[in-house]
Amino acid sequence: MTGVREPGAVSATRGRRQVPLPRLADPAAPLLVVEDLAVRFSLPSGSVKAVDGVSFRLDDGEALGIAGESGCGKTTTALSLVRLLPANGRIRSGSVKLFGIDLVPKTEKQLARYRWREISIVFQGAMNALNPVRRVGDQIAEPIEVRLGRSRDASRKRAAELLDLVGIPGQRASAYPHELSGGMRQRAMIAMALACDPAIVIGDEPTTALDVMVQAQILQLLERLRRELGLSLILITHDLSVIAETCDRVMVMYAGKVAEEGPVTRVFTAPRHPYTQKLLSSFPNIHADRRTLDVIPGQPPDLRNPPPGCRFAARCPFVMDVCREVVPPEVTFGDGVRVACHLYPGRDAAGPPPRVVGATRTCDAASSTDPAP
Amino acid sequence: MSDRATGPVDPHGPHGSTDPHDGHVHHEHGVAPHEPDPAAHADAAHLAAEHAAAHDPSRVHVPHPAHVHAPGAAPEPHVVGPELLRLEGLEVHFPVRGGVIDSLLRRTRGYVRAVDGIDLSIRKGEILALVGESGSGKTTTGRVVVKLTRQTGGRIVFEGEDISELWGTGRLRPYRRRVQLIFQDPYETLDPRHTVGAFVEEPLLVGTKRMPREERQRRVREALEAAGLRPASDFAARYPHELSGGQRQRVVIAGALVMDPELVVADEPVSMLDVSIRTELLRLMLDLRRSRGLTYLFITHDLSIAWVLADRIAVMYLGKIMEIGPAEEVIRAPRNPYTQALVSVSPSTDPPEPGAPARTILVGETPDAAQVPPGCRFHPRCPLAFDRCRVEEPPLVEVGEGHRAACWLSGVGPRDLPVIDAVAAAIPAGMPPPVATS
Ligand SMILES: Nc1ncnc2c1ncn2[C@@H]1O[C@H](COP(=O)(O)OP(=O)(O)OP(=O)(O)O)[C@@H](O)[C@H]1O
Ligand SMILES: Nc1ncnc2c1ncn2[C@@H]1O[C@H](COP(=O)(O)OP(=O)(O)OP(=O)(O)O)[C@@H](O)[C@H]1O
Ligand code: SF4
Ligand code: SF4
Ligand SMILES: [Mg+2]
Ligand SMILES: [Mg+2]
Repeated sequence: MTGVREPGAVSATRGRRQVPLPRLADPAAPLLVVEDLAVRFSLPSGSVKAVDGVSFRLDDGEALGIAGESGCGKTTTALSLVRLLPANGRIRSGSVKLFGIDLVPKTEKQLARYRWREISIVFQGAMNALNPVRRVGDQIAEPIEVRLGRSRDASRKRAAELLDLVGIPGQRASAYPHELSGGMRQRAMIAMALACDPAIVIGDEPTTALDVMVQAQILQLLERLRRELGLSLILITHDLSVIAETCDRVMVMYAGKVAEEGPVTRVFTAPRHPYTQKLLSSFPNIHADRRTLDVIPGQPPDLRNPPPGCRFAARCPFVMDVCREVVPPEVTFGDGVRVACHLYPGRDAAGPPPRVVGATRTCDAASSTDPAP
Repeated sequence: MSDRATGPVDPHGPHGSTDPHDGHVHHEHGVAPHEPDPAAHADAAHLAAEHAAAHDPSRVHVPHPAHVHAPGAAPEPHVVGPELLRLEGLEVHFPVRGGVIDSLLRRTRGYVRAVDGIDLSIRKGEILALVGESGSGKTTTGRVVVKLTRQTGGRIVFEGEDISELWGTGRLRPYRRRVQLIFQDPYETLDPRHTVGAFVEEPLLVGTKRMPREERQRRVREALEAAGLRPASDFAARYPHELSGGQRQRVVIAGALVMDPELVVADEPVSMLDVSIRTELLRLMLDLRRSRGLTYLFITHDLSIAWVLADRIAVMYLGKIMEIGPAEEVIRAPRNPYTQALVSVSPSTDPPEPGAPARTILVGETPDAAQVPPGCRFHPRCPLAFDRCRVEEPPLVEVGEGHRAACWLSGVGPRDLPVIDAVAAAIPAGMPPPVATS
């Protein structure tokens, strides 16, 4: 695949990706660092604190999964990264630094260098929102023409290349959306997101509503693209198995806040936050040795009026008095896991060991419970 | 016949409550301390280690206390009654018409073989899951059972009576009361202009003999409460937009319960929902089976949902049953390569480990049911296909106690169907490699 070169840009590139960095980039800065992001939606009935103090980081070639129940702020977080929030939404505070460049204060015009070209997104439900009366190939060529200022022919050619890359044979480019299966339409959406050779692709529920076999095929495709193109991925889904299979790190969100974040191998095998524990044990899994079906009683809080302390307090089996009054601080453990829960009160007092889910990891799980300085 | 064949009339049942919340919260508090108790955690870890020593370590999940005693956590061996429903050689072929001219000439260009000869039987109190990819004919089968689609061949037998040719609103009414359908999408089923109470009451208003008002209200209230919508009076007055997605699906369930059915055909009732709401509703359906003696034909494309819910699983592919048997057998010892592939790609939250068994990701999609491949219909995608498969269709044969599979290799001997990954290399030349492992 040929890189898209910007005239006059410094030719510094990073990793496997052969695309020059933006001019303002700090080559030594991490790929993406989000700090203390807060997003509000205004409604006549009040302001919705949809995302409230979310921080995370994404490194080159890494895949980060964002998990959590419906309404916890996954999509809002993603839309903030590309500054495509609905009209009543606003970033209240925080920064989104790409190669060290903060995107939050950028004007729409300045953003054009970054949105789609550095970070692109496959929107939730996009595969069902394709224009039914236009050929799929044309729908992919159009943004290439607009965003990169290529000629119509060059864009068409590029669209065919991209479709081929995602496993849609060339002649299918002239198909209309209804002539393609769900899996094929999702592949087309991924092709569209790759049009400008971005550094980061965000997939918002990219496999939800697809059959398991097709889902496995799409995940396999994303995995291949990541390897071949040196992409970094942010995968948003309430399906934890998708994250277990494809991601290096996972961020579990609850009611607009980060509950737990860390390497998938740690968080999924030895979850520390009660919410993560509940979420994992309520996931039906045929590979488990017993049929389990746990439920999380109750519902997430109303984000117009979130409770003062821990937002999970009303549903937490371990709730203490302090939980209802004080927002739990984020504590980082030696194994790179970050948790916001009063059960882990900071570095002097070691909290209880995490509940071990994968029994093979019993020993090392117990040895890494001391929060790092 | 009596309205309710089994189970107490009180929707609260013998355990006092069918609400998964109540049961669970209560229990949680009984076991998990309010204050974090390091000893309890250590115990769990200890148990885990013990457990791991006794079983295959890579597959063991810790039996933490909340699971062990959770009400309805797993379908405990359930006493099932006599046969309730039987399908014999059921066929639904839809004519394919190319356009106006074809229609005028009553000319067809072949048939969509949506359901192509299946045999099934469900016993009272049983949960049978019908699993398969999109287009495999699950919904069509469900619609035939509730008599919304006319079969083109075969028989439907309900409680020993052949109802294949029972048609017409009036004649079907008694049957429709006893067999209810729950759709996938609560947003489509619920009319935004009607209150929840009106929706649930609606089926009680049809028919010549109207039920007295108090009786109707009592049944609506009971149904709402049984579906976990409490207090019923509060929910009855609400409109659909005033409910969450999970609550909407509960309303749909209440609408089915109000008729006091014996058989519920549930077509992907939870696929649209968030994981946590999903498990809540699955729990509810299990509780209702216990308290009301319900029987379910549960349609899903997700094998793991079938696993937590069903007594038996039937795997469909292009209108045919490829394998059917007790859930444990079908999941733990699948005897058909398609089932094996489905099991291997089934979602798991265990991060992949090096050396773990590879997953079998089939290439391509289910072919069009208008062009069913000859021989074994799975052969174009089957990594084990050989000459015979391309010409001769394998019958469903007994491979274990109540366990049948359709594959030329299933009958070879006890449990010796080769694991597909192991032989993936032996694919005939010229075919695209049908197996990719990740
Ligand atoms: N335009 C809007 N106006 C007001 N509130 C909104 C708006 N968009 C989202 N919200 C609210 O913000 C919160 C976060 O929504 P978001 O869409 O980010 O959730 P999500 O985690 O992506 O959920 P899902 O899994 O259902 O997609 C929710 O409470 C939602 O109701
Ligand atoms: N009324 C109809 N006329 C013609 N073909 C039909 C009709 N209904 C269903 N089909 C076809 O029959 C086949 C089986 O469809 P069915 O809806 O039963 O599958 P399914 O297993 O429920 O799939 P899904 O998981 O997508 O709901 C499909 O090929 C479908 O296109
Ligand atoms: S802070 Fe308290 S309420 Fe919140 S998750 Fe931790 S223990 Fe539960
Ligand atoms: S009969 Fe042949 S093609 Fe069919 S499942 Fe068995 S091995 Fe595969
Ligand atoms: Mg979303
Ligand atoms: Mg269907």
